[in-house]
Amino acid sequence: MGFERLQDLEVKVLGSYRLRTVLEEADVRQLRVGDVAYLSGAVFTMRDMAHLRALELLRRGEKLPFELKGGVIYHCGPLIKGDVVVSAGPTTSMRMERSEPDLIGFTGLRGIIGKGGMGNGTREALKKHGAVYLEYPGGAGALAARSAKRILGVYWKDLGEPEAVWVIEVADFGPCFVTMDSNGETLRKKGKA
Amino acid sequence: MDASEVAEAIRILETDLPRDIEERLRVCLSGEEGNSREALKVIIENIGYARQRRLPMCQDTGTLVFFVKCAGSQDRVLDTIREGISLATREVPLRPNTVNPFTRENEGRNLGRNNPIVHFVEEGCEGGKVTMQIMAKGAGSENVSRSFMLEPDRGVGGIKECVIETVADAGGKPCPPIIVGLGVGGSLEWAAYLAKKALLRPLDRRTEDPTAAQLEDELLPEINSLGIGPMGMGGRATALGVRVEWAHCHTASLPVSVSVQCWALRRVSAVWDSSGFRILR
Repeated sequence: MGFERLQDLEVKVLGSYRLRTVLEEADVRQLRVGDVAYLSGAVFTMRDMAHLRALELLRRGEKLPFELKGGVIYHCGPLIKGDVVVSAGPTTSMRMERSEPDLIGFTGLRGIIGKGGMGNGTREALKKHGAVYLEYPGGAGALAARSAKRILGVYWKDLGEPEAVWVIEVADFGPCFVTMDSNGETLRKKGKA
Repeated sequence: MDASEVAEAIRILETDLPRDIEERLRVCLSGEEGNSREALKVIIENIGYARQRRLPMCQDTGTLVFFVKCAGSQDRVLDTIREGISLATREVPLRPNTVNPFTRENEGRNLGRNNPIVHFVEEGCEGGKVTMQIMAKGAGSENVSRSFMLEPDRGVGGIKECVIETVADAGGKPCPPIIVGLGVGGSLEWAAYLAKKALLRPLDRRTEDPTAAQLEDELLPEINSLGIGPMGMGGRATALGVRVEWAHCHTASLPVSVSVQCWALRRVSAVWDSSGFRILR
């Protein structure tokens, strides 16, 4: 479900895929470092403060107000005006490295979109739980926002606009490059960012 | 000088990347392959798209840093800048980025205690004229910038090691291809100020100061040999350029500051004089 191989892209890569949330483990497990994906469905923006709050709740045994099982989170603090996503590129993923392994383990999320790479903790968690890390080109926020079709909801707005969890419906959001897969492979061999 | 003019300068700053930077990015494209090349293509497409639609190119509209020359009242200029930021936050719009560093509380105004950051530059002030250079500095690149207090025996080799170490450790985090601002000498804060000020100098003009020019020429190929590449995905284009500013310093000190700048080097100059307000590109 939600998984379609594209044949007609000029991109010189291993494979190009069209993904639709919610993602299944079996689908995610097929993705490899070097693949390119275009994502449709819902993404949840989560960055520094949302990671901390989510883990605080989950470690106390409480539920999140939104469902991340099979979902995709986006390291992004979008620029929003009214109900329009104005600019929405990725933020530096490494800042979330201390929280990410536990968030993956607790929630069963299947995809993370960010930029700049992540560390060994995340690499291990992706492998163990069956999830994938993808990167959209940093700074290309205006173009990224073109893929945002509408805002489905917002949580934790008290954290401030960039730190809140925005649920955004995207259509063919990409190219998102797989730089860490569920086999423990990573684009950046040193495990550094 | 009024707030709406400051807001208009900020709109151009956020939506229209300087041509010297765009040109360098285009030149880099032919040297890249695979996904690094694809990422760079998206970056270049985004520049044109943002300019055409008058949209902030990056959702991180940054910390605004002002370098101001004025002969008159600094308080009045500061008030107008604050009003201009409020207006720009609503209208450009800017993302509300400014928070209390301890509580992380965000008032949504892009203003706060000791913020915005305004440097009043003393040299070259003319009566009746205000010149303002504005930068929008994103956190991805600001977070990997560093200052070093070297001991003088480290010499020029030590200065270069600071730059290479900073860029290598930053990897893909600051959105390469980066521009490196290097400040040498002065004092702790003066070196950091010079490093950021260096980023204001365009990449399409050769640096006049021979010491700075030589460091710039030597550092760029060394940085690019790191192979970090566009977005840290590997490749030749790790940096588009290096810009150096320096000052004399204490005989026992060698302050070095490395200001790392993402590819989206957003800078604009605005002037108010007897003929009114205009933007210089």
